[in-house]
Amino acid sequence: MLAFTLRRAIQAIGVMIAVGIISFSMFRFAGDPVNQIVSIDTSAAERAAIRKSLGLDDPVPVQFARYFANAAQFKFGVSYQFRLPVADLLKERMPATLELATCATILAMVVGILMGVYSALKRDTLLAKIFQAVSLIGISLPTFLIGILLIYLFAVVLGWLPSFGRGDVVRFGWWTTGLLTVSGLKALIMPSITLGLFQMTLIMRLVRAEMLEVLRTDYIRFARARGLTTRAIHFGHALKNTLVPVITVAGLQFGSVIAFAIITETVFQWPGMGLLFVQAVQNVDIPIMAAYLLMVSLIFVTINLVVDILYTVVDPRLRSAIDRPA
Amino acid sequence: MPLRQTLFAATAAFAVVFAMTPASSQTLRYANQGELKSLDPYTLKETTTIAHHAHVYEGLVTRDKDLKIIPALAESWETPEPTRWRFHLRKGVKFHNGDPFTADDVIFSADRVRAKGSNFLTNVPADAKFVKIDDYTVDVKLDSPNPILTSQWDGWFIMDKKWCEENNAVAPTPASATTPSYAALHENGTGPFTIESHQPGVKTVFKVNANWWRKPEHNLKEIVFTSIGSAATRVAALLSGEVDVIEPVPTQDIQRVNASGTATVMSAPEIRTIFLGMDQARDELLYSNIKGKNPFKDIRVREAFYKAIDVELIKNRVMRGLSTPSALMVAPQLYPLSKDFTRTKPDPDGAKKLMAEAGYPDGFEVTMDCPNDRYVNDADICQAVVGMLARIGVKVNLLAQPKAQYFGKVLKPGGYQTSFYLLGWTPASMDSHNVLYDIMGCRDDPKNTTRGEANLGGYCNKELDALADKILVEPDTAKRDQMIKQAFEIGIKDYGYIPLHQQALAWGVSKKVKLTQRADNEVLFYWATKQEE
Repeated sequence: MLAFTLRRAIQAIGVMIAVGIISFSMFRFAGDPVNQIVSIDTSAAERAAIRKSLGLDDPVPVQFARYFANAAQFKFGVSYQFRLPVADLLKERMPATLELATCATILAMVVGILMGVYSALKRDTLLAKIFQAVSLIGISLPTFLIGILLIYLFAVVLGWLPSFGRGDVVRFGWWTTGLLTVSGLKALIMPSITLGLFQMTLIMRLVRAEMLEVLRTDYIRFARARGLTTRAIHFGHALKNTLVPVITVAGLQFGSVIAFAIITETVFQWPGMGLLFVQAVQNVDIPIMAAYLLMVSLIFVTINLVVDILYTVVDPRLRSAIDRPA
Repeated sequence: MPLRQTLFAATAAFAVVFAMTPASSQTLRYANQGELKSLDPYTLKETTTIAHHAHVYEGLVTRDKDLKIIPALAESWETPEPTRWRFHLRKGVKFHNGDPFTADDVIFSADRVRAKGSNFLTNVPADAKFVKIDDYTVDVKLDSPNPILTSQWDGWFIMDKKWCEENNAVAPTPASATTPSYAALHENGTGPFTIESHQPGVKTVFKVNANWWRKPEHNLKEIVFTSIGSAATRVAALLSGEVDVIEPVPTQDIQRVNASGTATVMSAPEIRTIFLGMDQARDELLYSNIKGKNPFKDIRVREAFYKAIDVELIKNRVMRGLSTPSALMVAPQLYPLSKDFTRTKPDPDGAKKLMAEAGYPDGFEVTMDCPNDRYVNDADICQAVVGMLARIGVKVNLLAQPKAQYFGKVLKPGGYQTSFYLLGWTPASMDSHNVLYDIMGCRDDPKNTTRGEANLGGYCNKELDALADKILVEPDTAKRDQMIKQAFEIGIKDYGYIPLHQQALAWGVSKKVKLTQRADNEVLFYWATKQEE
């Protein structure tokens, strides 16, 4: 078991190194950071001095070694644009992203499961067909379009919800939350729907398919023969067995929800890490880009690692296979 | 619904709205596409940032609503000799923390603005020596006369020496810094507003400074600034009444805002000039099918390009009327004799003839570099230019890129890698000399290596350079304007550049707010009034 975990951890480090190499090579194509640091009428001599002070003139291997050494110690330096430590900027923006991603995931899970169960059990009703149609829209419409449509409807036409930002937030130490104020909760609604819609439809379709599959299995038939109530069969046995893959998928998807929050955050001007990253890309703020990419890959790798380990905990068959490789 | 019921519902709705927003009167909410990153006023010379800082900090001089230089922290000044200026400072002015403003702060700020890490090095000439005469008198000694010494001082803000020293902020933070900067997160100016909270890149709250030395023209208690990068969201925020002012409004949304009934678009020509440039320096173009020679070295080709381009058509079709076609490389607000110049009519047939005379009856192929996120409709303008040049047989391959990549390629540090490009320029000094020196000056001047650094195509005429040098030191305004006229005439005769237009400002403003729109696109709320609710 320990060997397995170690092996996985080493693989995870390999992935992180690969991400580091890819992102470093990407920075070379992002443009010249100096152009974004100074105004256009800045003299060439001044620009050259800045390039030199940032180490952009050093040979590529030297730059890479420096980048890598810093990244390994989680030292990301100071943002070119803000002149503030990147770690502080990310810490400041992290609560917004995590809150949004969590709300979106919970929304997607709850609504997705309910819709999935309903459309599996009452396959031929009109509502089930509507759910199917909605799920098609959710899968096929791009996020930014959904966001803009929601803003137009609920902020401009109806005036119910704010079109941008996080509303008022309450501060606990370095964490800020919008969950405790009315304006904060209102501000969460549209971004959560926008971000969670894709996941929601995914979960709905997954639950529906799994549920239909499970309902055809022998143990459900036996349960029926034993005379259990329909309710106990559907929710006690069928749904429970459906949820294992659903939770796996949702867990794995949490990483991509954080990563895909970039688009939602841009549309709603949500002050999270994704927005910080997009603005950093536009301004070639390499310290922020490097830190963000590494952080997202760390989240992905960690989730995958945890899921892998959990599998072996949950499924004894897998464990014995790992301990005694064939 | 019967009338009485309708009235009742309307009253109720009104009462609810009224009850919900009592505290928001005199709080102005403002959204800009750009962010406010650092509060240090010497970090980034960029219009939006300077405008934000101008609410908090003040310079010795400032510019009024018509961009004229007027006294601010300096009450008055005189030039006893052409190379010596004397500034009399305003007495009784206090920084936001209560420190008094004196000559020491001016001298300190003059050093700080020219220190490493400052982006405002050229605002205060390097040869200017600041000498304290007494607490409220400062002399500035120059090596050579400079009639426009104060022209860039409206963007040079005075900082508190004591405060900077106490907080380890004596020098501006360079981009390569490894420690955070105190002045990036805190302010201590003398201006009409103080900053209550600043979340970098997200939100900044300004509170009125009750102890300001000037009598305020505004009626605001508070300004809440939020950056909204997405144009659709920014417009939605204005239309839904969540913000009172937005900048800019995208061209395609202007009609929608005006039709909304709650907001209008304020528009006027900006002082930025958009123009096309051609590589006239290389012996062979980098991106063209003509090998062994450079067609742009032939004045007939440049003239043909000029004549092929229809600026009125660009104005009507691409800019939806929101541009002022320009004959000059400088905006009319910045040069009084602009009206003496008119742009010649487009003449595609004449252009074709010129191309044939120059030996390109079938045209040629060239790549055009263009930014797509820097100026109003920049990539669309380039697309229109492609079509217009196709009429004279020139096949233009358009390379429209985000500004980060575009500027990295075409500017001097990137090696001027362009054959044909679109650029916009606002002279930082609000003066024609800046254009004649930076844009139209020869690149290979051994004495002045900074001359022509933004002359990406390498247009060069020594006669123009000689005039520019005389213009720099000429104190007589009328004579100076005549010399500027001569210089611009040379540029036009050479077809060194193809000026297109001044783009229009587009501010979305709620009907509750009255603003003054200054042509340099600085959104300044110390002239704003908001209707009481």
